[in-house]
Amino acid sequence: MYNPNAENIIVVKDLVKRFGSFIANDHLCFEVKKGEIFGFLGANGAGKTTAIKILCGLSYPTSGQLNVGGFDIYKEREKIKRNIGYMSQKFSLYDDLTVFENIRFYAGIYGMRRKVIEERAADLTEKLDMKEARDMLIRDIPLGWKQKLAFSVAIIHNPKIVFLDEPTGGVDPVTRRQFWDMIFKASREGITVFVTTHYMDEAEYCDRVSIMVDGKIAALDTPDNLKKHYGANSMNEVFLKLARIKIE
Amino acid sequence: MRTLLFIIQKEFLQIFRNKGMLPIIFIVPIVQLLILVNAATFEMKNIRVSVVDMDLSSSSRKLISKYEGSPFYKVVQTTFSYDEAMDLMQKGKVDVIIRIPNGFERQLVKENLSKVQFVINAINQAVAGLSSGYCTSILIDFNRELMQDWLSPAQMAGLKNIQTDFSYWYNPKLNYKTYMVPGILVLLVTIIGLLLSGMNIVREKEIGTIEQINVTPIRKIQFIAGKLAPFWIIALFELAFGLSIGKLVFDIPTVGNLWLIFLSGGIYLFVILSIGLLISTITNTQQQSMLVTFFFMVVFILMSGLFTSIESMPAWAQQVDRLNPLMYFIKIMRMVLLKGSAFADISSLFYSLVVFAIVMSSLAVWRYRKVA
Repeated sequence: MYNPNAENIIVVKDLVKRFGSFIANDHLCFEVKKGEIFGFLGANGAGKTTAIKILCGLSYPTSGQLNVGGFDIYKEREKIKRNIGYMSQKFSLYDDLTVFENIRFYAGIYGMRRKVIEERAADLTEKLDMKEARDMLIRDIPLGWKQKLAFSVAIIHNPKIVFLDEPTGGVDPVTRRQFWDMIFKASREGITVFVTTHYMDEAEYCDRVSIMVDGKIAALDTPDNLKKHYGANSMNEVFLKLARIKIE
Repeated sequence: MRTLLFIIQKEFLQIFRNKGMLPIIFIVPIVQLLILVNAATFEMKNIRVSVVDMDLSSSSRKLISKYEGSPFYKVVQTTFSYDEAMDLMQKGKVDVIIRIPNGFERQLVKENLSKVQFVINAINQAVAGLSSGYCTSILIDFNRELMQDWLSPAQMAGLKNIQTDFSYWYNPKLNYKTYMVPGILVLLVTIIGLLLSGMNIVREKEIGTIEQINVTPIRKIQFIAGKLAPFWIIALFELAFGLSIGKLVFDIPTVGNLWLIFLSGGIYLFVILSIGLLISTITNTQQQSMLVTFFFMVVFILMSGLFTSIESMPAWAQQVDRLNPLMYFIKIMRMVLLKGSAFADISSLFYSLVVFAIVMSSLAVWRYRKVA
């Protein structure tokens, strides 16, 4: 839930990332409030993935001040990692391990005990309706299941923030809807959600969205305010208007 | 520590779930040992001889029969024409031509001096050297017999005669396999260890799971140790397996302490796997990793002293070879297995490997980057 008075859990000030002469992130500034679902929108190549990788500590920023979960990104990278979850657009589960073995491995490297892991895994497969698939190899289960499982694994250690990089790419609308139910549930449990997408209907589900165009943040507000401001009926129209400004 | 166990468990699951792995671990070593040990030999058997006897005397027959009687020679052609014999050599069907000139016996009797010509195919210089040695020694033998026949005992006593006898230490029967098996075993665990570890981390880069691991608070040393441990166990097992085959099939001697072999083997494999993982962290695709691994493997093997003696390399090459971990372990294996060397004898080789292990594993941990 977005609460303007809540504490900031992510603070980004003047984030710049260059690759040679190409500027992927051009002086980004934004804050994410604790507990909200923050949509990070933009066309392909707008610089979303670059920014999310920097926030997760997978890539160095060129310059800028960044604070994630109360920790400085330059000095306390490993502390940040203890407090975040991450699900990439590239597939992150091991194809040649079973559902349970994947859960056990990731829970294990977060330092959970075997007994706790057994319980969590049982609970998780039950909730995902994947009890029968517990011992199936990941390569043998449908994409929608994989994605739901990958999300559950990303938050298995109860992180403060979860970063989702285009989590619903290539998934049918029904599964997407179910996936968003899981995101809402995680959010209700107090996990801040930072999600990138280029499906504009998903943008409507976010508490606030920022729209990136060419490495810059072109707009940042709640979906309702954005629609009002741009005189649009849907986020899709808002997005097209912003993109058109750029084209013209 | 617990984190480490989870990584090791996961690696083992993946290794044994891979259908191609079990044959690599069990069948490849058997095949390699059986083929390489039997094939890679400098032993001289069946030197093919063509005899061009123009003399046809009793002396020349006697000389030829000495060659026929030797286990090393096989007379494949007897002819009067040198050209015919040369023709066969050029076709690669003959290794040595023995040419006995007309008047061989007559000259021998009249002048106490006569000549025989050996023509040796020297495409392979090692074989040629050995053939020439054998031929000469048979000729000397023939010479001595002649003297015994012709000279009186008094005259014989007047001749100073030094006869050399050899006794071969550590490998009394000069069994080539005894010498080769320990070295080829090293080759075997090296190839398997280097390839498996070299392909490992880079594979996670290719499928993208490395990113998921890099966002966890896992420590670099835990990750590298977790990757190294399973291969270390497999390769040590491989070493034990290969030694058993060597013992059962080739009956190689195991004079020294086997624990010493496994202790040095453990350190050596630590070095090799660290090199593999280092290559894996530097490269971006499995193909790159393969190429780099092969480059190092070929240099290491050719300079290891397995096929050629290190002492006969030029001095600078011997200096370079001090960076070759294979060289150390092959020496240790041969010393301990064949001579029964104790720790004190191999200590300088052993400590060199320890230094390698520390340097290489530190490099691998340092080069593994959680942040791109």
